[in-house]
Amino acid sequence: MDRSLFQYALRMGDTTLILSQRLAQWCGHGPALEEDLALTNLSLDLLGQARLWLTLAGEVEGAGRDEDRLAYLRDAPDYRNYLLAERPNGHYGDTIARQFLFDVWHYFLLQGLSGSADERVAAIAAKSLKEVTYHARRSADLVVRLGDGTELSHGRMQAALDEIWFYVGELFVDDDVVADLAGRGIAVSHEALWPAWHEHVAAVLQEATLRLPDAADARHPAYQGGPSGRHTEALGYILAEMQHLQRTYPGASW
Amino acid sequence: MKQDAWPLWEVFIRSQHGLAHKHVGSLRASDAEMAINNARDVYTRRNEGLSIWVVRAADIVASSPSDKEPLFEPANNKVYRHPTFFPMPEEVKHM
Repeated sequence: MDRSLFQYALRMGDTTLILSQRLAQWCGHGPALEEDLALTNLSLDLLGQARLWLTLAGEVEGAGRDEDRLAYLRDAPDYRNYLLAERPNGHYGDTIARQFLFDVWHYFLLQGLSGSADERVAAIAAKSLKEVTYHARRSADLVVRLGDGTELSHGRMQAALDEIWFYVGELFVDDDVVADLAGRGIAVSHEALWPAWHEHVAAVLQEATLRLPDAADARHPAYQGGPSGRHTEALGYILAEMQHLQRTYPGASW
Repeated sequence: MKQDAWPLWEVFIRSQHGLAHKHVGSLRASDAEMAINNARDVYTRRNEGLSIWVVRAADIVASSPSDKEPLFEPANNKVYRHPTFFPMPEEVKHM
């Protein structure tokens, strides 16, 4: 088994799955009908991507675990998602801040992965990139609207950004899994995504009249650990809700 | 949400095989860019179209229902105005 590829596919699958689950919590609670539908579209896009990554993880592992077993029968320490994805929705500005920082990273990452030496990774990335291009455009648009909106929306957007900022550093860490795959041309260096990401985020925040948080704040090790299974308290609650049915009625289907 | 900050927009979509944009509904958005994004999310979720037009509802001028007779009635009794007597060649589509 290619252990690094298995871990990486899990990492991408879990991150998109958990963020999808988070966004789905907005269903029926969006601040406007239009936003409600947009967030649930986003959620379904990410769920589709999660299915592809988890199916790949199951294939690479070769132990007979399919996407459902991976999604519904693992506990928090076995989840490999980035911590950013599991952070609470908060108010709409919190959700948009989280989404924006994630989308921009996702966009640059998928661009890189589209040229992967592994054709399965390249195919998933190319398909996802089309969706994520729109996600990134839309979330940037909303950051500008909320940042450059009323005094109240500006203040709340800045606070949302400052709070979620601590969790972005992890997205740019080249641990042994990323380094191994990048060395073989299967993935790309995450560290190397930082300059493009930072430049784009800075430009959008400037247009939004928001202050760019300090890069050093994103590097605190206390806010890292998702890819190695060390999560915030939030993940357990998400999984308890998400996995309840399958755990109570194993093998249930419709 | 302040309704005046989010004016009403009418959405027109040209479908995959459609020749013309068709009115599909309305939505609220603060400007044209947001209206296009919202139209994409509200009205094209199931692959409905390949082109979107949005226009502020306030910019549309509609005919008045009370003008129905002067506007449309005169056409009804002039049968020679209706091109229904000509066989159309097969090659001519979309007339």
